[in-house]
Amino acid sequence: MIVDPRARIVDKKSWGNYFLLSLESPLIASKSFSGQFVMVRVSPHPYPLLRRPFSIHSKDENHIEIFFKIAGTGTALLSQKKSGESLDILGPLGKGFSTGQAVEGREVALVGGGRGIAPLYLLARELRTCRALPKIFYGGKSLKDLPLKDKFEREGFEISFSTDDGSCGYRGLVSDFLQAELEKLSVSRIFACGPEAMMKKVCLIAQARNIPAEFSLESQLGCGFGVCWGCVRRIRNNGKAAWVKICEEGPVFPAEDIIWQEEK
Amino acid sequence: MIDLSVDLGFIKLKNPVIASSGTFGYGLEFAPFFDLSQLGAFVVKGLYFCAKEGNPPPRLVETSSGLLNAVGLQGIGVQRFSEEILPKLRKFETAIIVNVCGESEEEYASAVDFLNRQKGISAYELNISCPNLRRDGLCPALDSEATFSVVSLVKNRSSRPVITKLSPNVTDIARIAISAQEAGTDAVSLVNTFLAMAVDVDSRKPVLSNVFGGLSGPAIKPIALRMVYQVAKQLKIPVIGMGGIFSGKDALEFLIAGAKAVGVGTANLIDPKAALRIIEELKDYCQEKGIKKIEEIIGSIRA
Repeated sequence: MIVDPRARIVDKKSWGNYFLLSLESPLIASKSFSGQFVMVRVSPHPYPLLRRPFSIHSKDENHIEIFFKIAGTGTALLSQKKSGESLDILGPLGKGFSTGQAVEGREVALVGGGRGIAPLYLLARELRTCRALPKIFYGGKSLKDLPLKDKFEREGFEISFSTDDGSCGYRGLVSDFLQAELEKLSVSRIFACGPEAMMKKVCLIAQARNIPAEFSLESQLGCGFGVCWGCVRRIRNNGKAAWVKICEEGPVFPAEDIIWQEEK
Repeated sequence: MIDLSVDLGFIKLKNPVIASSGTFGYGLEFAPFFDLSQLGAFVVKGLYFCAKEGNPPPRLVETSSGLLNAVGLQGIGVQRFSEEILPKLRKFETAIIVNVCGESEEEYASAVDFLNRQKGISAYELNISCPNLRRDGLCPALDSEATFSVVSLVKNRSSRPVITKLSPNVTDIARIAISAQEAGTDAVSLVNTFLAMAVDVDSRKPVLSNVFGGLSGPAIKPIALRMVYQVAKQLKIPVIGMGGIFSGKDALEFLIAGAKAVGVGTANLIDPKAALRIIEELKDYCQEKGIKKIEEIIGSIRA
């Protein structure tokens, strides 16, 4: 992990409240894997104070991409940055998806809800390199909440969609869609990222079918590199429940280690 | 050549910048970013005699120019620290200070007894001021007698210098500082975080699971500075000033107000090299003002 104080924005795309930034940072790009994240300083001033975490959406030799939706002051400020400006980023951080365990020639399901789709693009590319067969399920409220639809399709991934209002693909929740589709597939692993309720459902579906699954969890992050101990969640650590740092031990955890939060 | 060293009496630091407890992990987390030997000192995350689970999440809320936390001193305990971490810290040429916690006087004593037997520790920082251990935010540092009692006990048991970390959540912090001095502490550090809260307006619940948390960051700097000034004026022993220091200028304000050294805390979480940058900025200031020895500016406030 390094601090790159001058990661230049070389490309910016937007769809309503959704943004995709491409950042030039060869040192961070070369060390990044799917499921890892970067912490981005959105202001040089003391407000907003903390860096904001973003999954690594994609990368090439010299660049990483981050994908986000405006959710508050920090992301709103970040959305106003222009191509050519630089960002202070820290990364790559955390432990990513275990792609090594995906079996060559086997189908694996990638389930993304809303902005939770972000890390699944790089994951799908890595899985393809391992000769696994990624089947992607991308769900959102409506077609306009699936801004990365074209990008995945252009890359030639096998991807299908679900929307709550039926404006694109399956009408309903992406977890219900996955459940229906699993009847037709022989999936050897599931990877998911999205809202807590969605991931919890996907976890139940995976466990009912005895399919190993991994989830990229969210939490309020302070530092992102393991020193503030603010981001903990309940995780089984060698079988024993403990408050475990998401930023350091995660954000990706296997289904059997996660103790899901109670409904609020 | 500018002399940045400061003499605290019981220890000489190569410069006045100390990375503060709770924001610097156990030190090693920062080794990928810079050579820890460049620091005046660092204080490891608070340690109890036993490992501690800490509070349930949510533990953090960001506020205007501030960070509200209720981590609750989750940690590995003195034994694992001594076995797994301390041997790796000894190679760094800087003062290593261990922040010592306890829920009772016996627990402080047990932790100190254990740490006394370990090599490579320069001093203890006695944490009697964490606001996150009880729902009501109570801690010994809120009371002169409780402060006197625990400092005396630890001072008697300790084979090393003791720095007592004070709470700002009192009406007269100088009075508590004097009690700590009378009990024999070698220095005081202030301030710990301010007891504070945040409310979720949708659920109408407190954001933190612990209801209250401790506020740190630039938001508290002016109040922390005022307290350091008040305490430094009344104490014979050195004062280590901290609270929202993010720049060399912030650090200078504390030094001029009377702090012999300064703690950099929340800034480390945002900029892992913050302490290093602040040392450089102090050097630049001295150069610019023709100051040969940084000790010249300590307590030099014209008031």
